[in-house]
This record gives sequence, structure tokens and C-alpha cells, in this order.
Amino acid sequence: MNSASWLSVHNSEAAPLDALPVLSQVEFRQEVLSEIDAGARLAAFFGVPQPDETCRLILVLADDRSGSLALTSIEAHESYPALTPDCPQAHWFEREIAEQWNIRPEGHPWLKPIRFQAASRPGQTIWPETNTADILPSVTTFFQVRGAEVHEVAVGPVHAGVIEPGHFRFQCHGEHVFHLEIALGYQHRGIENALVGGPHKRTIHYMETLAGDTSVGHATAYCQAIEALADSQVSARAQALRGIALELERLANHTGDLGALAGDVGYLPTASYCGRLRGDFLNMTALLCGSRFGRGFLRPGGVGFEVESERVAQLLTRLDSTINHVAGAVNLLWETPSIRARFDDIGALTKETCRDLGLVGPAARACGLARDVRHSLPSGIFRDVQLPVSTCETGDVFARAYVRWLEIRRSAAFVSKQLKELPAGPSRSDVGPLLPRHVVAALTEGWRGEICHVALTDEQGRFFAYKVVDPSFHNWMGLAMALRNQQISDFPLCNKSFNLSYCGHDL
Amino acid sequence: MFKILKTRLQQGYRTSAYPAQAPVLPDRFRGRPVLDASKCVEECRACVEACPTDAIARTATGPRLDLGRCLFCTDCTQACPEEAIRFTQDHRLAVRARQDLVMDGDTLRLARALDDSARRLFGRSLNLRQVSAGGCNACEADVNVLNTVVFDLGRFGVQFVASPRHADGLLITGPVTRNMQFALRKTYDAVPAPKIVLAVGACAISGGPFIDHPEVHNGADSVVPVDLYIPGCPPHPFTILDGLLRLLGRIHDQQSSSS
Repeated sequence: MNSASWLSVHNSEAAPLDALPVLSQVEFRQEVLSEIDAGARLAAFFGVPQPDETCRLILVLADDRSGSLALTSIEAHESYPALTPDCPQAHWFEREIAEQWNIRPEGHPWLKPIRFQAASRPGQTIWPETNTADILPSVTTFFQVRGAEVHEVAVGPVHAGVIEPGHFRFQCHGEHVFHLEIALGYQHRGIENALVGGPHKRTIHYMETLAGDTSVGHATAYCQAIEALADSQVSARAQALRGIALELERLANHTGDLGALAGDVGYLPTASYCGRLRGDFLNMTALLCGSRFGRGFLRPGGVGFEVESERVAQLLTRLDSTINHVAGAVNLLWETPSIRARFDDIGALTKETCRDLGLVGPAARACGLARDVRHSLPSGIFRDVQLPVSTCETGDVFARAYVRWLEIRRSAAFVSKQLKELPAGPSRSDVGPLLPRHVVAALTEGWRGEICHVALTDEQGRFFAYKVVDPSFHNWMGLAMALRNQQISDFPLCNKSFNLSYCGHDL
Repeated sequence: MFKILKTRLQQGYRTSAYPAQAPVLPDRFRGRPVLDASKCVEECRACVEACPTDAIARTATGPRLDLGRCLFCTDCTQACPEEAIRFTQDHRLAVRARQDLVMDGDTLRLARALDDSARRLFGRSLNLRQVSAGGCNACEADVNVLNTVVFDLGRFGVQFVASPRHADGLLITGPVTRNMQFALRKTYDAVPAPKIVLAVGACAISGGPFIDHPEVHNGADSVVPVDLYIPGCPPHPFTILDGLLRLLGRIHDQQSSSS
């Protein structure tokens, strides 16, 4: 790595904004592509407005080998040469930059909106479909397949279940799916724009509702960003409690997902038990803070609630009983041949596809990639406690389910150990004002995968830009690719095995 | 087969006895708030300034709280030097009219049942289509759990269906984003009349944390008429269940207060 071209930092380490290099467009492209070739991956790539109405594009690389992050940037006015043709994982980011800032990534092979939001920067819209800034959801060109007996199945935005909205189009020949195209943006609530000028009294509540089932994950990344920018320390006790809440969130969601997968193949015992057991984990989180989703538990400087020894004892008892029940319910899945027949070889992704698309979380680990922020770029309690990375090799529905089961056992063991060894001391400390003109990238391993928050402060120490990358942002394309050459009837199974967030993507 | 039966026995019986028995909720659960104006110090606006969604206003008689905007976050209780606001364990929060959510003491006019003709139609069998219109997935998740064995919504004749054409009404979550407004309207139009609409969660009632964002409409009733409001961020599943059962005339007490 050419150190003049990159600002190298650790996870959740603030650096002066002036230390962030600004490269020429040619140099930028060469540098990024060579680092990606060497094994780094895109954690974030986004636009930041400048006072002269140009835009600065900031790119954050995560390097799992060295355990560090590297940031760099370019100035862009109207356009820049797209990374996507040589680096497919930039595909979604570059569409977002085009949409938000009216900047054209020249040579992008599939340029179209992703959230159907109006650009935040004046100028001629770059979408051929519309001449106004007021673009309508899913009004765009869709991938098309033509030929005898080829047909298209369109679903959504309102889906059949109790689930968030998105629009899916399957290009099929009978039951055989050639391609699935996914159009999102229905949940776009304008959160990133609302964060500018903060932190203010709504900020933490935005963080807890970026993706409601990941309230703890996103709040953790936010708190880490704030604490780095305020140069403040968090007590060992608070770090342990945050880790416990994060792993409880993972336990609840992974258990729910295994139940949902069982339900989708019509195996009702596990579906029924896991649906209830997921609630038991949520109720453990509610024991900590009153909210089943962990609302109010994480606050900059520590945690919002003290956890007394009786509460710890009760949590331990409940955890012990619940994890035994989960083991009973989930092991039925692996021992039932008809389940294995439906999970094996369905929606398989190769390791290469996974690497090219930059997938994260259980979806990546199921393809044999050991990507886990808790392991390679640890922060908080995970700097002291190493969790083994749970991987599988086959990249199919079975692998994505089995990785979850491995993680359930490891998370439960972690929570149990941390509760038993909870350090004494204060659980919250004051956080001072934020450093002016600084930048920080904070990564957390949420239950869906890597959560990345990047905050930039102005001269007054207020956010002038705040970028959120939910793991779903990396992974939606993975679901589309997993459906290729599958049957339409495999879609629910593939979808549940990824279980991606719509609101976390749409923001 | 033997293992399935053995696991079934180990899992036990899990369905709650609600509404015959009150639910057991965690001690830190935040239900209906109580405002004690007598404790308020003149000119103090600490709670008003702390509230992230402007749910609290200061009137001549004391604080007034709009439960439809409230995130139940405790920012107000932490800010109040006099402990004039506190949250109780009472999970019952659903009301029929939007203005009933504006409280200035400790009472809340809980939802009354549908009228007789509507109850004859929906009281024994109610099919709902759920529409998430910008919800963060917490409300959706806690609506979904009503189908688990713990709450077992089916025993009350209520179920969620896949098509608005099969539905008697809509259960809406989320603030109604600009990008969902058209889809919500079309889904509503596709439900045969007579139909009912439930707004679940602070977002669906007022916009919640996203209130007044240019990207959202402030809640479901800015697009369709609403028959039942269930506050919370997200509401506890028992709060949602309680609201549904009140609407269907299965629970009758209509005032919730600590006095």
C-alpha cells in the first residue's frame, strides 16, 4: 500500500480530515483496484458535498489480513471513471453516488437508481427515464429476457407475508429462473440527510430505527463513532454489556431465521419452537433495558441501564434453558433427511462470486470466506475476547443455515462467559464535544454482517456527513445471483437464508 | 419421529392465558406514562426540550403528552428534575380516535369495540393484510410474533392473509414513505368494503422518529382513514393483541389509570 495515497486507521479510530488524501481520478482507480486485487474489500464508498457544490467521494477499504482500515478520496464534479467494470463490489455504491449526487460513474454497466430518491445536489438528473427530480419507485429499466415461453413474474412492493416492501422480478422459463432483479427504495425515510448537523436529540433514535431488528448493532457502531470523535474511553463493564446485547440480538435473529427456514420447507415442529424461542431471547434483551429490541440500552459513553447481580443471575438461568431448547429444535433440522434434501445445493454461490460481490456476514462465511469484523477488525469487548469465525464451504441454503447454528452456539457461550465474568465499575461515563474536522469509520459485526458507519465533523464538531452501510447493502445482489438457475419455488428458501433488511438498505 | 415427540414434550405448553390473565412483563418495560403536573416547576421545560419527537408540550395546567408521537424512550424521565413523568407497567394503550392519545394526566380512554353490525361481520373472523410502509421492521416483527404459540392469534379468529382481496382490513406499520404512498392506497382500495384500518406503532400514527421528513407522510391517517391506533416504538405484542381484542369486543374495560 502506497502510504501517501491512503489514510490508514484502526476500526473506530478518529483521524483529522486534513490527513485524508485526495487523489487524482486516475491514481484513485489504480490504487483502489490494486488493493482490491490484493484482498482488501470495500466497506464504504460515498459522496460528501463541498461548499463549492462539487462533491468529494470517500472510499473506505477494510483489510482483513492487516486488521486495518484505509481511507482515500477524489474530487468529482460531473463524473469519474467507474470502478465497477473491474470491481463488481462497487456496483451498488456507484449507483448510490449517481443517485444521491448526480455524478456519473463513466462506464458503469448497469446504472440505475437504487432508492428512487431525489438527488441532494442540484443539476441535471442522470436518469434517462425521467426529466424531473421527482422519480417514482421502480420506474426504471429492468433486465429483460426474450424468447419463446420465456415469461416474467413480478412481485411486490407489498409482499404476501408480514414483511417489508420491495419489488422483485423473476425472468423465467417455466419454473426455471434465469435471473431475479430486485428493486428497493420503498422504505426510504431520509435518515442520512436528517443526521447532518447532529448529533442532536433524535440521532440515537435514528440509529435504533435504521433497521429495527439490528437496533443494537447500529447503535454500537454509532456509539463507537461518537466515542472516537470525542476521544473518550468506555469502561470494561460497559464494553462487556454491549457485547452481551449484540450477541443476544444475534441469537434472537438467527434462531428466528432457522425457524423461518423450517417453515418454508413445511417442517412445522422447528418452525413453531424457534418462533417462540426467538421471543425468549428478545425477552432477555428486554430484561436488560425494557425493550425487546434493545432500545435505550446503548448510549454514547456506555450503556443506559445498570445490570445488577440478580439480573445477571436471571439472565444466566434463562439463557441456559433457552439454548437447550434451541438445540433440541434445531437439531431436528439436521437429522431430517427431507430437510437436508431441500437445503442442499439450493441457491449456491461460489466463493469467487461471493468475493467479487463483496458479500459480508453469514452469507459470506457460508461460502468459506472468513469475514467477521469481531475477528479481523475487532472493537470493544471483541478486542479482548476472540470468537472463532464460523464458516461453511458449500455456499448454499444449508451452509447459510448451518453457519447460523454454529454462531448460535458460540454466541451463547460468549454471553454466558461474559455474564459470569462481568467486570465491576461504572457502566457509563460522560462524553465531551466532538473533535472538529475529523473523520471516523466504525465497524461492528451485526447479526446480518458488517455494519459500517462513517462520520465526518465540521469546524464546530457537528456532523456534516454521516454514512451508514448496512450489511444488506452488500448482500442484496448476492440473493439475486443465488436465484440464477433455481426454481421459483426455491425463492422463499433463498430469501430467508439471506434474510436481508429493506429499511437498513433504503435508510 | 421419536425425537420429534421427545422435543415436543421438552418444549412444553407455552400459550399465554391472555386476556384471562395479565401478562408478565419485564420490570423495565415502559407502558402507559403518568404525568403529575403538581410536581412541575414553573417555567421548567426540561421534558419538552428532551423529547426527540416533540411529543410533550407544556400547557397552562402542566405537561401534555401525545402518546402517538411517544417513542417510550425515557429521555423525558431522565431530563425531569422532579420525576413528574414516569412510565408504568400498563401495556394497555390502544385507542379509537387520534385525539384520545393526547394525555395530560394518567388516564387514557382505551379503545371501545366496533359497533354491533361491524362486530357481527368481523368479531369471530378477522382477516388482516399487513402493509409495512417504511417501518424499521421492529413493529413488523412484533406483529409477526402474534402468530407464535405464545400469543396464538388464531385462537381469536384473527389471521394475516396474503391478498387484500381476502382481507377485512389493513394493519399498517411505518410512517408511510413517499415511495409507499401509492402502493398503500392501492392496497386499501383493493380491500372490499366495509373495511377497517389499524395503525401500529409511533411511525404509523404520527411519523415517529421520521416525523416531518420530506420523504415521509406523517402516518397512516394522512393517506387512509384509521379505526384503531396502537402506540409504541414498537408496541409490545401484548399491547397489539390487547388493541385487537378491544376492537373485537373481547375486552371491555375502557379506562386505564393508576387511580
